[in-house]
Amino acid sequence: MVTGNSWNDMREQSVMGLMRLIGLGRATFTHGIHPPEYKETTGAKTIRRLPFAPEMVLPLSQHFGKPSIPIVHEGQEVVRGEPIAKADGFMSVPLHAPATGVIKRIGLMPTARGPKSEAITLRLHAGASQDVLYDMPQDVDEMTPEQIVKAVQDTGMVGLGGASFPTHVKMTVPAGQKVDTVMVNGCECEPYLTTDHRVMLEYSMDLFAGIRVAMKAVGAERAIIGIEDNKPDAIRELRKACPGDGSVTVGVMKTKYPQGAEKMMIKALLGREVPSGGYPSAVGVSVYNVATLAQLGSLLPDGRGLIERVVTIAGPGIEHPGNYLAALGTPLRFVLQQLGLEGDAKQLILGGPMMGVSVSSLDVPVTKGVSGILVLTEEEKAANVPKQVWPCIKCARCVQACPIHLNPSELGMLAAKRKYDVMEEQFHLNDCFECGCCTYVCPSAIPLVQYFRIAKAINRENKARAA
Amino acid sequence: MVDKAPVIEVRTSPHVRHTPTVDQIMRNVVYALLPVCAFAVYLFGISAFALILVSALACVGTEQLFCRLSNKPSTVGDFSAVISGILLALTLPPGFPLWMAALAGFVGIALAKVMFGGIGLNVFNPALVGRAFVQAAFPVAITTWTPARAPGRFWEFIPSTWTFPFAVPTPVGQWVKDIAVDGFTGATPLALSKLGNGVVPHFATDTGNLFMGITSGSAGETSAILILVCGAYLAVRRMMDWRIPAAVILGTYLTAEIFHLMDPSTYPTPMFMILAGGLMLGAVFMASDMVASPVTPVGVWVYGILIGFLTVIIRLFGSLSEGVMYAILFGNAASPLISAVTQPRVYGTSRKKKARA
Repeated sequence: MVTGNSWNDMREQSVMGLMRLIGLGRATFTHGIHPPEYKETTGAKTIRRLPFAPEMVLPLSQHFGKPSIPIVHEGQEVVRGEPIAKADGFMSVPLHAPATGVIKRIGLMPTARGPKSEAITLRLHAGASQDVLYDMPQDVDEMTPEQIVKAVQDTGMVGLGGASFPTHVKMTVPAGQKVDTVMVNGCECEPYLTTDHRVMLEYSMDLFAGIRVAMKAVGAERAIIGIEDNKPDAIRELRKACPGDGSVTVGVMKTKYPQGAEKMMIKALLGREVPSGGYPSAVGVSVYNVATLAQLGSLLPDGRGLIERVVTIAGPGIEHPGNYLAALGTPLRFVLQQLGLEGDAKQLILGGPMMGVSVSSLDVPVTKGVSGILVLTEEEKAANVPKQVWPCIKCARCVQACPIHLNPSELGMLAAKRKYDVMEEQFHLNDCFECGCCTYVCPSAIPLVQYFRIAKAINRENKARAA
Repeated sequence: MVDKAPVIEVRTSPHVRHTPTVDQIMRNVVYALLPVCAFAVYLFGISAFALILVSALACVGTEQLFCRLSNKPSTVGDFSAVISGILLALTLPPGFPLWMAALAGFVGIALAKVMFGGIGLNVFNPALVGRAFVQAAFPVAITTWTPARAPGRFWEFIPSTWTFPFAVPTPVGQWVKDIAVDGFTGATPLALSKLGNGVVPHFATDTGNLFMGITSGSAGETSAILILVCGAYLAVRRMMDWRIPAAVILGTYLTAEIFHLMDPSTYPTPMFMILAGGLMLGAVFMASDMVASPVTPVGVWVYGILIGFLTVIIRLFGSLSEGVMYAILFGNAASPLISAVTQPRVYGTSRKKKARA
């Protein structure tokens, strides 16, 4: 029996190794890049709980859409799991207290992206057990799709992969469109990050519960879990756990950045292209991150809210890297105190190194969209920050890297001439999703993707002014 | 503990990069050119060495001079001027007067590079512009060939090398006779094929020798195999787009094949077309110049095949025996247009242009 199992494992591993070698059986898109993965240090580390910080900061805008509206006042006592802010309309989600304590302040606090924004500061009661005391059990199997969407909104769930798009909005299929496939994103193509990997291994039952919820909400008959082939253990475990009726399958994908971008995934696994400017539902697909669905699978039956998430804390500047379950609102300063800095820390990044934002203040908290906290050191900086910027030499590396098949070289030259309108009208600027591949490969060290962000922002402003 | 709060810096993503920088790429191109230079010196001796040195120095010096004049930081460190200089020398006859080479280097850099705004902005390949200038200015000197592997070449300069500026170059005919190379006609295989129809059959030239490069010709253009190996080094390191040389050779092959099939007695074989003259050097090191070639995936094939086609047409029907230089310059001129009409299809859009609302 034991020999049979290990024989099977061995056979499976050798077959997969061979397939990886010759590139067969792995879905992928054209172009893209192969950055070093840096996943060895944390990939095998089980998820551990981070202690509660004495004070938590909860920005009202942790999601894409309108900020939440506070429903508590300063000095009010709250218990862990209790709603403290409500959704402002459909394109918004509520916020829940991540710990038992008292509301200290509602006011401006620093955010990762720069400007300060409204946030609720919560002071914890020392010695509180921090059990979730606030829930509302419900039978998901009995609910209609509309009820599920409402219940999902009540959990405050947003895309945990980083985009923070409200999950219930994704689950609402626009009139006239039909979704046939739920796509579950377990690619995790950003270097360093291993949260999705660990979630797939450790919370697989919750994940399948979440997948069923999503399938029911959008009315899809099948679901595909897309996983890059650098996580063979996750592929194996989830394949074993897939239901026998074939409604949920695992799609093995080539390890390549940005494989986990939803447009790339849909192209790779189904061969469909999301029309420019449209959402995946236009081609019958609804995409969710594995962490989102796993959380949903565990929260929804109990009617609880999103109060914590798994975060990879890594990078050469951190003493104890790993995957941690952190309460939302935990300030970075506290995280670093707990895990220790090592060497010459120079830069703090929320998210992955390709698309993450560099933070300017240690008072910035862990929010719903933070999948990783990276501490980079002086050596990293020396290796990655260009010493000089050259003019574009038209080497076309960016053209060969852009997953959307834009012409970043041309766009960059137009940006330098401030022809932002031409960029949008003739060179599809708005199709750029800012993956950073062009900048990664540019030998002239031109900050192309930053040019494009600026161009988009200016175009938006100009349009708002004209309207 | 964070008692010593770290001084953090804020930068824009991506926070990791992995790519050779411009100067690293250019330096590798220089490395790739060194074996070609060494072979040129082996074949043609100290004159070729002096030619390469003077040409490279002229290009670097010109760039430095203009940086100084315009109060800009020196851009010599990016190695692109060195490449232009070496490439220019490799396209010149080994006994080319040094002062003319220096002038060619100056014109190439000044006219084709500095005037357009420096590295990345030039429309034409500076080395080829320099060569085109001296081709027009000194038509005799640039078609005066000396034999390969002449005895005593390592210590003896070809007489024309040291021509005084603006003087008529010393004729090399007597020197060639003195060193007693039997049957040297003073013409390259390509010139023979053109002029010698019926008299010297073009297929008399052994393609094997052309492949290895034991023949007369410009300093660095003779050995196809060496150029291919050096180009492969760059292509493997992804510092050159292999599709451009491939497309040029394909274009040359197809065009030459068509003519050869029509009349094998008049038109040389495609293999001869590919191996003779400067085609290999042009295809591998000059047409592939990143700055002056298109950026789009379809565009590079169009560009390369166009160059191959033009090369054959000029060689067969032009007044010159060699056509690679003008073909590449034409290709350079066409590349912005080629880029513009071969924009890649963007994900989620259709190829057809939407009607402007």
